[in-house]
Amino acid sequence: MTAGDILLQQAINGLSLGAMYSLLALGFTLVYGIMELINFAHFNVFMVGSMIAMLVLQAFGLSGQQTILTGLPLIGVLLVGFIVSMVGCGLIGVLIERFLLRPLRNVKGPAAMITTIGVSYILFNLVLLTLGTDSKNFPNPLPPIKWEIGGAVLRLREVLIWVIALALMGGLTYFVTYTKLGKAMRATAQDPEAARMMGVEVDRVVMSAFFLGSALAGASGMIFGLYYNLAKVDIGFAAGLRAFTAAVLGGIGNVPGAMLGGVLIGLIESGSGQVIGAAWTDVVIFGILVLVLVFRPAGLLGRLAPNKS
Amino acid sequence: MASTPLLEFKNVNTYYGDLHVLKDVDYTIGEGEIVSLLGGNACGKSTTMKTIMGVVRAEKGTVTYQGQEINGLATSERVRRGIAPVLEARRLFARMSVFENLEMGAYTQPRGGQFDDDIARVYELFPRVKERRNQQAGTLSGGEQQMVAIGRALMARPKLICMDEPSMGLSPLFVELVFDTIQTINRQGVSIFMVEQNANMALSIAHRGYVLQSGAVVLSGTAAELRSNEMIKQAYLGEMEAPVA
Repeated sequence: MTAGDILLQQAINGLSLGAMYSLLALGFTLVYGIMELINFAHFNVFMVGSMIAMLVLQAFGLSGQQTILTGLPLIGVLLVGFIVSMVGCGLIGVLIERFLLRPLRNVKGPAAMITTIGVSYILFNLVLLTLGTDSKNFPNPLPPIKWEIGGAVLRLREVLIWVIALALMGGLTYFVTYTKLGKAMRATAQDPEAARMMGVEVDRVVMSAFFLGSALAGASGMIFGLYYNLAKVDIGFAAGLRAFTAAVLGGIGNVPGAMLGGVLIGLIESGSGQVIGAAWTDVVIFGILVLVLVFRPAGLLGRLAPNKS
Repeated sequence: MASTPLLEFKNVNTYYGDLHVLKDVDYTIGEGEIVSLLGGNACGKSTTMKTIMGVVRAEKGTVTYQGQEINGLATSERVRRGIAPVLEARRLFARMSVFENLEMGAYTQPRGGQFDDDIARVYELFPRVKERRNQQAGTLSGGEQQMVAIGRALMARPKLICMDEPSMGLSPLFVELVFDTIQTINRQGVSIFMVEQNANMALSIAHRGYVLQSGAVVLSGTAAELRSNEMIKQAYLGEMEAPVA
């Protein structure tokens, strides 16, 4: 392999990781944008999404990588997997917001954030108790189609991940830009009190942000399974922290920023793994988080917080 | 004047935690009236606005709109029934276009032919807003923003517009324009309740007024009565302008 091939291969890997981080970062950013809350439950909503996707694929009789599907059955199984994990996670997000965070809405200070940490542990332990700690073989029904580009290999699974991530991000962008509820979300993010006085029901907007963000975490969880062929109870932490870093890097609260940040973090992860070794990946990524917070706290595309009255 | 007032406060009391803000306040706003609320800083004017909009609750006393008690009514429902705000310092959605800001004003209204009529009416009232419709609201001058803020309120098809300091931070030319517009809107049948530091201007267009001090109404009457009142002359109409917040 030439240096160019290696670079291309790492770009392919990085874009796939980036797609996963982008989707996950969007959940942090949607919720933060609207309520200035860092939702740490998001880490393990993602993990639960991965587990739901695994159970759905197993319910179709798939196990491991032996059963290969093609054509309509493949599309159908994947579609059901994505839809069920997304809707399932979306509902978990809504329940967390409705019953655990809404009572704290008007409590000042870090109570709500600490609650999300607690919820994260509850989700973790529920999965631990029911599914155990072992690393599970995530079913992957994709045919082993691959294309060789020079010395680099592009597999069908990467193309699929990109297509799905792009479709979801495009859908979210359309929703936020053009729909009535999407506009209400943007207005609420900019000035919650003014939005309320336009007649926006803030509860509905907050709930939508949790649903959408958590649903994207569900999709991200399924992508994680398809990419690594595994599901495990502790995957939420590493992936969640990287996605959080991505959201901060792009400018937390900023939707295109989360997408850009996710892709950059994915590329940085695969690039630094190649250049200085995978063991240093966390050092590089969290070093970047520190540098962003020190030198550009508003992130690449973010603005400093507007004056709130 | 109609027998049932459009909006009525009876012995209204509001609190922020332990802080007692409005104390047994009575206001009446009739159909088609411009009513001005005068008072210094931190006397409860903005709280009055928030109480009308339902952002702050009247814990004692009653707020009545169109003959119905609305103490427990959600803000969104009040807007739907025709109470629209022009907020202090305009509070446009700075990173949304002017058009989107107007859309937000119509949030409680059905989208359709009526929306197009309403937006045409706003553009007719403020040709400048039409020119700027695709610009981000945050890039507009203060005067232009105030036009958008008034237009945004009109998009809700209001019967009552509550204005919080509509002249604040505007050049004299724009102040003139804003007050002319308020009269135009009022002549089209919309009642106006207006908090204003600029007492001279406010009383020149208002039908009636109230003076609020430390959360209580200390004086009320027709605009002419208030203008000739010695206390008002000294406190609000003298050569010394009331300090601008």
